[in-house]
Amino acid sequence: MIRIENLSKSFTLHNQSGVVIPVMAGAHLAVQPGECVALTGQSGSGKSTLMRMIYGNYLAAGGSIMVGDVDVAKASPREIIRLRRETLGYVSQFLRVVPRVPTRTVVAEPLLALGIPSDQAHARAEHLLEQLNIPQRLWSLSPTTFSGGEQQRVNIARGFAHDYPALLLDEPTASLDAKNREVVLSLIEAAKARGAAIVGIFHDEAARDRVCDRTVDVTGFTPQRAA
Amino acid sequence: MTQDQPLLSVRDLAKMYGGRIGCTDVSFDLWPGEVLGIVGESGSGKSTLLGCLSGQLAADRGQILYRGRDTRQMSEPERRLLSRTEWAFVHQNPRDGLRMGVSAGGNVGERLMAVGARHYGDIRETATDWLGRVEISAERIDDRPRQFSGGMQQRLQIARNLVTSPKLVFMDEPTGGLDVSVQARLLDLLRGLVRDMGLSVIIVTHDLAVARLLADRLMVMKDGHVIEHGLTDQVLDDPQAAYTQLLVSSVLQV
Ligand SMILES: Nc1ncnc2c1ncn2[C@@H]1O[C@H](COP(=O)(O)OP(=O)(O)OP(=O)(O)O)[C@@H](O)[C@H]1O
Ligand SMILES: Nc1ncnc2c1ncn2[C@@H]1O[C@H](COP(=O)(O)OP(=O)(O)OP(=O)(O)O)[C@@H](O)[C@H]1O
Ligand SMILES: [Mg+2]
Ligand SMILES: [Mg+2]
Repeated sequence: MIRIENLSKSFTLHNQSGVVIPVMAGAHLAVQPGECVALTGQSGSGKSTLMRMIYGNYLAAGGSIMVGDVDVAKASPREIIRLRRETLGYVSQFLRVVPRVPTRTVVAEPLLALGIPSDQAHARAEHLLEQLNIPQRLWSLSPTTFSGGEQQRVNIARGFAHDYPALLLDEPTASLDAKNREVVLSLIEAAKARGAAIVGIFHDEAARDRVCDRTVDVTGFTPQRAA
Repeated sequence: MTQDQPLLSVRDLAKMYGGRIGCTDVSFDLWPGEVLGIVGESGSGKSTLLGCLSGQLAADRGQILYRGRDTRQMSEPERRLLSRTEWAFVHQNPRDGLRMGVSAGGNVGERLMAVGARHYGDIRETATDWLGRVEISAERIDDRPRQFSGGMQQRLQIARNLVTSPKLVFMDEPTGGLDVSVQARLLDLLRGLVRDMGLSVIIVTHDLAVARLLADRLMVMKDGHVIEHGLTDQVLDDPQAAYTQLLVSSVLQV
């Protein structure tokens, strides 16, 4: 479902005397449907960068990133928008929403964007919010004032609203208590069981061992830096 | 309209003010249902570009194909019909887009009449419905816009423009001059309308946070040129051009 070959990335900081920072070279990765792969490596090794490139949030410098039949490294914005709507989900570390939109709509949005009828989309959203123990009195409020853990759970509910064939998870269990962590892990297991290909970043080792089939250390893709 | 054809296809568009560049070398495609943001500092040519695209300014060069037809080659009546039916323009200053001496209901109803609606009861009903959609209570239907707050005026301008179900909406700084909570409300409203009506939008803003929340794609302008163009979050999170990097790093967080 996801196949990355010879991927490279560097950042050019034009306003800091044009310094070029190579952060990745020769990266490769393949994830089958129903498989969950964890990205590992020390801080700054490029885990989030690789994940952002798969999502089309960072531009690739070279190589290919096939998600289904779309090469994200070369796709037009329009193709990526469509891929994100239909195929590729992403649970980022932090929630970013339009202020004032009620939580249940924030979660239903990915389904509304697919043209699913509003009552159906909201029913699915409420089911997820319930599973993730977001109290019902919060559903009609904007999540902008929620606690960190509540926001993270809203973010997860939103990421799991549509059954994406491919899913990217950046620290999905960070800042969650044991009970909610368990809910998230079972959501991941269910997504695998229905055939989703998942790439995740987990600092929580026990969580990683439980849901991931293998790990890929991105340090292996870090280019040798000039001293 | 098929999804496989751009709604708007712009090639090598240019507009000069005497010897001065308004905008130049602008090319892009806009697809049905897409929101394109145009950002850049003051004087970079954003309003000039929007004016040329919407036919309010005459471009000097280039092509603007709307559903395959070059609007620069159209006759004036043809273009006027288009801007009354399939297009809409939301101005930064509601005064430029509203008739201040006409009631709120009249402002909306007038547009319906311009496209042939005649039945008074229907017009009033549709106008009331639209005031509701932009969260203006039905009781205010006979008030004049000058009795409204800035945010309400802007919402009324949006109702007036969208009541005829246009396909393409041009907006020049629609949230400029409004305080932050009013802006949020307007953004939320616009997002819902874009999704539910399948609108295509070209929106000029200098506010990168607004661009991030509303636009699918972003075009960055400087000195009349398009400096960078791509997916909104990609342009903001991994800007390639020196100018875009400066623009993004000079705001606190977007
Ligand atoms: N937008 C950016 N501009 C410049 N450099 C960046 C950008 N994003 C990431 N980097 C650099 O790329 C390298 C990899 O960062 P990345 O965030 O991918 O690391 P990580 O493995 O996710 O680390 P952590 O575990 O701390 O989250 C770092 O050197 C970082 O400074
Ligand atoms: N009618 C005009 N006659 C002469 N020069 C003009 C005219 N209108 C605009 N210009 C010039 O063209 C350039 C682009 O102006 P434009 O209004 O398109 O900028 P903008 O990006 O919309 O700026 P702002 O964010 O301040 O609205 C500026 O240098 C401006 O001074
Ligand atoms: Mg990271
Ligand atoms: Mg302007």
